[in-house]
Amino acid sequence: MSVTTPDLEAPPSVPQEQTTSPKRKTSTFARVAKYTLLKMVSIFLSVIIAVYLTILIANMGGYVDQIVRGQIREFIGQQLRADQNYQQMDPAAKNEFFLAQVERAEKRYGLDKPFAVRSLTFLWNAIRMDFGTAQLMASDTGSRQVKLIILDRLGPTLLLVGASNLLLFFGSIALALMLSRSYGNFWDKLIIGFSPTSSAPSWFYGLFLILLFAAVLRWLPFGGMIDSPPPRDQLGYILNVGKHLILPTLAIILSNLFISIYNWRTFFLIYSSEDYVEMAKAKGLSDRDIQYRYILRPTLPTIITSFALLVIGLWTGLILTEGVFQWPGLGRTFITAIGLYDTPVIVALTIIYAYLLAITVFVLDFVYALVDPRVKIGS
Amino acid sequence: MQGIIKGFQQLLKYPSAVIGLALILILFVVSILTVIFIPRDEAIRLWRGGEAIWGQNPKTVPPAWTNLFRSKKLPETIVLTLNDEATQTEINERSEGENRIIVYSFNYTADEAPQDVVFSFTSRYATRNPFVSIFWITPDGREIRLMEQGINYNFSYRATQDTKLSRRLGGLSPEIGLFDNPETEAVDILKGQYQIVVDYITFENDSSISKADVILHGKVYGLFGTDHQRRDLTIGILWGVPIALAFGLVASFGTSIAAIIFAALGVWYGGWVDELIQRITEINLNLPVLSILIMIGTFYSKSITTILGATVLLSIFSGAIKSYRAIFMQVKESPYIEAARSYGASSSRIIFSYLIPRVTPLLIPGLVLGVPSFVFLEATLASLNLGDPVLPTWGKIIYEAWGTGGAVYNGFYYWILEPAILLIITGLGFALVGFAMDRIFNPRLRDI
Repeated sequence: MSVTTPDLEAPPSVPQEQTTSPKRKTSTFARVAKYTLLKMVSIFLSVIIAVYLTILIANMGGYVDQIVRGQIREFIGQQLRADQNYQQMDPAAKNEFFLAQVERAEKRYGLDKPFAVRSLTFLWNAIRMDFGTAQLMASDTGSRQVKLIILDRLGPTLLLVGASNLLLFFGSIALALMLSRSYGNFWDKLIIGFSPTSSAPSWFYGLFLILLFAAVLRWLPFGGMIDSPPPRDQLGYILNVGKHLILPTLAIILSNLFISIYNWRTFFLIYSSEDYVEMAKAKGLSDRDIQYRYILRPTLPTIITSFALLVIGLWTGLILTEGVFQWPGLGRTFITAIGLYDTPVIVALTIIYAYLLAITVFVLDFVYALVDPRVKIGS
Repeated sequence: MQGIIKGFQQLLKYPSAVIGLALILILFVVSILTVIFIPRDEAIRLWRGGEAIWGQNPKTVPPAWTNLFRSKKLPETIVLTLNDEATQTEINERSEGENRIIVYSFNYTADEAPQDVVFSFTSRYATRNPFVSIFWITPDGREIRLMEQGINYNFSYRATQDTKLSRRLGGLSPEIGLFDNPETEAVDILKGQYQIVVDYITFENDSSISKADVILHGKVYGLFGTDHQRRDLTIGILWGVPIALAFGLVASFGTSIAAIIFAALGVWYGGWVDELIQRITEINLNLPVLSILIMIGTFYSKSITTILGATVLLSIFSGAIKSYRAIFMQVKESPYIEAARSYGASSSRIIFSYLIPRVTPLLIPGLVLGVPSFVFLEATLASLNLGDPVLPTWGKIIYEAWGTGGAVYNGFYYWILEPAILLIITGLGFALVGFAMDRIFNPRLRDI
């Protein structure tokens, strides 16, 4: 989404000093593990801060309290409905009894304590993914638990993100390598000419793709994930989901492809003028070898860093893309929740997105550790 | 400063940058003219106005200029009133009240029937209401009776919804049947001079008619067409220009300038200041910015200034601050900074007069390139129904077209395409200029 100019002084978050003393060299695995563990701790800390900030923002209007209060009322209401004695009371007494119970429960939950204390309780709940019950929405199985609503919708989102990111990553690396080899020719200029198109988000491309392929040409479905009724056999089911997956994936790829190619091609070009590449050329190595071993290898860590930034933008950018394509994932749930003002779901989804971002950063950092020789050799 | 001016001169050598600059200039002129000719309050009043303001417009019709590309020309809206020159009125006094015969005439040239035929009357009476009969006279001389009935103070008759009339017209929908040539099998619109005769009888001496309008809602309208609330999209599209530009520019300038100042402060003071800024950046990268903006929009205020402020705050500590930091680290060690330090320049002087100006050439491309993403961010939020509550924006038009208007399913493509194409033009203008600037000001990219 955002146009990131290749930050050439890309700050790899790995130790800068390298000591090559062979005696202190422990196994590669131990180093990667240590690096990964350190990263994990630091990411986990930043997630906690992010979640806490989310709670603070949500609570400025007292919305977090509202969630807990709603939950208490719901729970006590359910309990009393099963109570025979309560059912036989007259309405006024019933109400009084109910309110007394609610007040006692609110005290038990600590709602009379200052916000600083309460926010920590909510933070703890959020970390354990205990988001309470939704006000209006329900999961596929009919449960009102926010956790279940989100788990229902996680799969489709992961499918969409996974499919589009893998294609995007490998597609743009392959194309960027190809272009860097023959830079200045027609295709190179064409791709560079197209790179400004990446300032539009993927939902925006979605609008055009739907207009063209669904509304005008009628080749592909308008949206959704599966036909109704779904095909009976497994193969038919998979193919049907695949058919629905084409347009949203294409939208995501279109909005990110050209800028990634542009950035990475620039990296490759800078690295291919290094002395050791000239040396390799002089030795008469094949183009293929030079590309993979001398150009791609040293640029990979930087590329992964820039890809991480791209994916981070993509996660939340997906909200509206899913809405436009009626893709039954987290994003569309988010839009529904906004429409219904379902506070617990909105807060929970914000926190889930923070988690997903952190997991993405962590996974990419792990890959980074695997490919970056500086981490492997260690400090 | 010299370098920057030189850079701008170089910019004119890139044809893409010249196109980009031209696009930006046009957008600026349009937004200034819009703000002058349709002041903010007027725009809000019109955009939020209902049937009273927009009643005479057709519903969801494409712009009038699309007729240039059609083989079958669509009709424009025709409004006939009592005061028109072509309208003839003949008054016959009765013992009590009067009999007024109003004859409207119009020339119909389009190849398709109008969207709707509506009669709207306003009359004055004490107890006995007037009686109205309406006759429709086609160019070939047929006379069709539309309705005959007593009417109240404000009365309107929609021929389109008259099922009895439809039956009399051979099952055709009335607005088509009234214009159809009965000689031919298929629907064939009869062109020429039509007349409408309204026979208006009152039963009291004081009773009179103040308004008798005939509205033939067209199938094309104005420069940009209309939406599902019959609003002229021109207002929304034009007002979208200044809003998009203002949002994009303010957000991009605010973010970049704040980021560069923080990066400079961090590098210059080092120690815990630098550490703090770096940690904040790392946490901020883990924040789901769009979801937080959605929370702010849902829970507090959808006003464009609130969202703008939040956007800037959340975007300062982003990836950009890291690359600025790396550059400042190099600049900090350069001899001229050491010279400044040795003659006793204060920290603020060094930061604002020596460090920051040094990286301005690098800042400018990023600043221009940032504009489109913020313009689209506003559109994204508006498309989630979190747009400014009163002002019309492109994102809000897309939201209404896509959501409530069902533009894709009903084929109202113009409704989505207009704001979308303007978003593209805005994005493209800034992106073209930004990419060219990047090549000029970023020396490492120049050779590539």
